Amino acid sequence: MRVELDFLSILDQWPLLLSGIAWTLGLTAVSAVFGVLIGITFAWVRAWGPTWFKWLPATYVEFIRNTPFIVQLFFVFFGLPMMGVKLSPEAASILAMVLNLGAYATEIIRAGIQATPRGQIEAGSSLALNRMQIYLHIILPPALRKVWPALVSQIIIVMLGSAVCGQISTPELSFVANLIQSRNFRAFETYIFATIVYLLLAIGLRALLNWLGARYFFGARRG
Amino acid sequence: MVEFSLWDIVRNLVIAAQWTVLLSTIAFIGGGVVGGLLLVFRMSGSILANRLVAGYVQLFQGTPLLMQLFLTYFGLALLGVELSSWVSASLALTLYTSAFLVEIWRGCVNAIPKGQWEAAQSLALNFSEQVRYIIFPQALRIAIPPTVGFLVQVVKGTALASLIGFVELTKAGTMITNATFKPFLVYGCVAVIYFILCYPISLYAKSLEGKINATRA
Repeated sequence: MRVELDFLSILDQWPLLLSGIAWTLGLTAVSAVFGVLIGITFAWVRAWGPTWFKWLPATYVEFIRNTPFIVQLFFVFFGLPMMGVKLSPEAASILAMVLNLGAYATEIIRAGIQATPRGQIEAGSSLALNRMQIYLHIILPPALRKVWPALVSQIIIVMLGSAVCGQISTPELSFVANLIQSRNFRAFETYIFATIVYLLLAIGLRALLNWLGARYFFGARRG
Repeated sequence: MVEFSLWDIVRNLVIAAQWTVLLSTIAFIGGGVVGGLLLVFRMSGSILANRLVAGYVQLFQGTPLLMQLFLTYFGLALLGVELSSWVSASLALTLYTSAFLVEIWRGCVNAIPKGQWEAAQSLALNFSEQVRYIIFPQALRIAIPPTVGFLVQVVKGTALASLIGFVELTKAGTMITNATFKPFLVYGCVAVIYFILCYPISLYAKSLEGKINATRA
């Protein structure tokens, strides 16, 4: 059997494809920012927070890390409305992605802050900085610099995981691919195309985040 | 309409979870075999082999598992290779697992000091003897904790097989939800069962890690 591959019928749909890519990147960007913020907060709670409160981040991290993202997404999208929290597909996707990344970021950042030498914390308190200032200005910057590559990898894993969000009709790249292949009946080409786009996005995003990390986030303090 | 008690829901989910376990086992063993072959291929020292395996790893780690599943299921069917959801899921998960395992194991082999290779060479061992008697036993020791840890990713990865119609835990959850209209309860139970499957593996991997660090210190 001779198979004719036809990629042009996919490129014809470029406005759809572009909006899918934009959604994928947008979802990833929002969840990266809030996920890392959760990570920074909960890593602090686990290390220095009030003892009675430490169980919360620990439970949250273990529960998220030991369940599949798709189940978390379905729980948020289908389950939460039963509790009166009705979310649009987009909002549910963002919430699930933020929660997912937050758990991994908590573990990654915690590993970074554990490596802080004791003397630095003591130096900070001898300068009359309070605990919050010590954390934000002394412990966190070098810790984030140290774990930045791990965080970048995790952000990319979350971006690739976001392909599942199309299943609840969030209009991201894999949803668009589904739509296109249902119109032109070219499943193989369409999914190949989407897969290559994901691959390029992953490579590009890694390069961008590594560059940003070195150039803007942590570069200035290196001197 | 059929009434589902909580017990009915849990019982059906546990039955479906057996397929999750089976699919994970197939993917893990298949991925281990393919990953092992790729590792040998990569260690052969040829630059081409090295590049090829690196490309393979990049391809599977840089694309969504969902797309890999869709390509093997919907894509290959269009090219005339009709695969059941069983075979597709096993195939895609095996390839996905092998790409991660070969990368983990390569790191473990690289962690063995160069002096060990040189010492083995100076004993006039050939390549396969060097690997078998000197490098492999040492690499194996450090490879076990991350490999066990990755098993958790495989179990979670099998959840995506539900989207190509393979009836495992997640798909059973969706089906029961459609019958009972109790998504909160059902997906909650599904999550708890995944947790019960994965958490002991995570704990075991962590304890193995602790042991290795203890003997090194």
